[in-house]
Amino acid sequence: MPNATETCACAQETDEQKYERIAEIIEGYGAQKTNLIQILHMAQGIFGYLSLELQQFIADKLRLPLSEVYGVVTFYSYFSTTPRGKYTIGVCLGTACYVRGGKKIIDRLKEILNIGPGETTPDQKFSLEVMRCIGACGLAPAITVNGKVHKQVNADKLKTLIANL
Amino acid sequence: MAYKNYILVCGGTGCESSKANDIFENLKKEVTAANLDADVQVVKTGCFGFCEQGPIVKILPDDAFYVQVKPEDASRIVSEHIIKGRPVAELLYDAGKDKGRVRLKDVPFYQKQYRIVLRNCGVIDPRNIDEYIARDGYAALEKVLFSMKPDDVIDELKKAGLRGRGGAGFPTWQKWLFSQKVQSDVKYIICNADEGDPGAYMDRSVLEGDPHSVIEAMMIAGRTVGAAQGYIYIRAEYPLAISNLEKAIDDAREYGLIGKDILGSGFDFDIEIRLGAGAFVCGEETALMASIEGQRGMPRPRPPFPSVKGLWGKPTVINNVETLANIAVIILKGGEWYGSIGTATSKGTKVFALTGKISNSGLIEVPMGTTLREIIFDIGGGIRNGKKFKSAQTGGPSGGMITEEYLDTPIDYENLQVLGSIMGSGGLIVTDEDDCMVDVAKFYLGFTVDESCGKCSPCRIGGRQMYDLLEKITKGSGEESYVEQLERIGHAMKRASLCGLGQSAPNPVVSTLKYFREEYLEHINEKKCRSGKCKDLLKFTILPDKCIGCTLCARVCPVNAITGEKRQPHLINQELCIKCGECYTSCKFSAITRS
Repeated sequence: MPNATETCACAQETDEQKYERIAEIIEGYGAQKTNLIQILHMAQGIFGYLSLELQQFIADKLRLPLSEVYGVVTFYSYFSTTPRGKYTIGVCLGTACYVRGGKKIIDRLKEILNIGPGETTPDQKFSLEVMRCIGACGLAPAITVNGKVHKQVNADKLKTLIANL
Repeated sequence: MAYKNYILVCGGTGCESSKANDIFENLKKEVTAANLDADVQVVKTGCFGFCEQGPIVKILPDDAFYVQVKPEDASRIVSEHIIKGRPVAELLYDAGKDKGRVRLKDVPFYQKQYRIVLRNCGVIDPRNIDEYIARDGYAALEKVLFSMKPDDVIDELKKAGLRGRGGAGFPTWQKWLFSQKVQSDVKYIICNADEGDPGAYMDRSVLEGDPHSVIEAMMIAGRTVGAAQGYIYIRAEYPLAISNLEKAIDDAREYGLIGKDILGSGFDFDIEIRLGAGAFVCGEETALMASIEGQRGMPRPRPPFPSVKGLWGKPTVINNVETLANIAVIILKGGEWYGSIGTATSKGTKVFALTGKISNSGLIEVPMGTTLREIIFDIGGGIRNGKKFKSAQTGGPSGGMITEEYLDTPIDYENLQVLGSIMGSGGLIVTDEDDCMVDVAKFYLGFTVDESCGKCSPCRIGGRQMYDLLEKITKGSGEESYVEQLERIGHAMKRASLCGLGQSAPNPVVSTLKYFREEYLEHINEKKCRSGKCKDLLKFTILPDKCIGCTLCARVCPVNAITGEKRQPHLINQELCIKCGECYTSCKFSAITRS
């Protein structure tokens, strides 16, 4: 069985190769529809997002109607149907981060990046996401950049952090 | 081989984000450079719990507790402490004026704690199965396989009085018994690691720091109820926990502890990891099972309960991470021992994630029955920046507030319920005088409205209606009748929602209405927010007699709403003002008022 976290997409693959890889993953899971969510995780890891075309591909392989795949994709906030930027900045708005100023962080990021949550900058460099508690409450307010946690962020730290990306 | 010194570096998510990895690598390099590899072992462990002071490095057997360590400190830790035997004083924890720099045993944060669940967190290398085994790991499984009958295990759990740590507090032995009694060819064990409660991270820490304890407990459950397959449903947001779990499962399989004919007992058991995908409702057990089955995570009515009809219609035991982490200890030390800890109805310990406006944020484990005052003031060190305590929130979006007058209540399942809150998964968020209770209630409701799956209308519509009322109240257009409406809708949601999410969603509102009703009425009648959180109710003005015209406020104002000549009193244009408060916080002469 494929390893659940093995979704690295760093290799310079063509789309065709990527689809091949996803087909292999689906085979690895025995093309069973109960593994749909695991397959979607990996497919998103490879492509960065789940386009309708990709969803159709997975649906066909699993012999599921597209509507069912689409229904699952849109139910879970972890899945994205639009391309993400090179850096996904996730702002934690769990309670601890909220009471320690998480909302200010998101307001400031909106200003700096000029995009709202769920959006990507036109140059495809940054995406902004709101996250519901990343479990780093001792570090509040926390943000993640491509999954890496940055602790006790404030307006000044944000500026340098983004300037260094 | 025994080492002379052990250097333990906290490798939890918290410390890792503050370069704990570099500290670990540097320490290893320094040890090697000093030719001490045979005498000193550097270990990356799970979370120590005292996240506020991270990254933390412990040195054994000297009991040194170094806090806020930087990667460049590695060389002096090795050259001074390890080689010359002189602890680096300025890195030791400072316990305040009277006590000064102290050793681990004197750190107040740890003094009232009792670690059962977190027994191995911060002690062993979670990626090394031998270290777990050296601490009696898998001894409980062996005992269950070879010298206990399934009924004995359930008996032991019954004596222990262990109740589910995921929220509702249902007796664990009963869950297991129900499942055991059902005749079925296939049964399942699920570990619920979908820790979505904002402000709680004990499950993450256990999985990161001691994954084998959960695996072992799942196998004990499997043996007891007659299941051969387990699933761990874990949030995708916890990459380190997933990675440590994967490693643990692989290692256990290699050691013959997972798989066919475990330890020659004839017992088969396998475990698979299933990733969540960011849906809070999947922490609800029937929704979680739908998600494992590859569907939208929507709950279904109970009964039938999962113990009888669960995953793919088969009997399924679902326990949360913290519950499972207790099992092996109970088997080894006995139910009576465990049952001697805690209160009459709630046994053992509870892990709390202490966060918010508290001096010592972190993960703590205390015996049931400890008071909130002990947790907040003795362990937590009181409120940050000398502010005044306002409330402690337990149970996350399903829980309620506890106020000053109830701080001496011993915490257990029943007492919290009497106070209008719940134990929940153990998030404990402290607020101070700067927090607005209406705003906090709105925050929680916003969360549950967002996370409602939409299947049943009381939750889908009721939550939205309540949220809209709160929105109006915080924006200054609330009416007094809203208070009663909030209570009425909340009551309906509690009674009629399909699952725990909707049934408990009104709790934060109901609880703040109970204890902080006057704040609601202030917002409604006087259009005033005493803590200044509800911006639409604020007005900033410059006091002409105090303003010296330094121009700082005009420069920081993002919308250029402040005008004035140099060295002359300035003025805020109220129509342009967006009430961000930048001027208020930046003024060095207290010349700006907020009302």
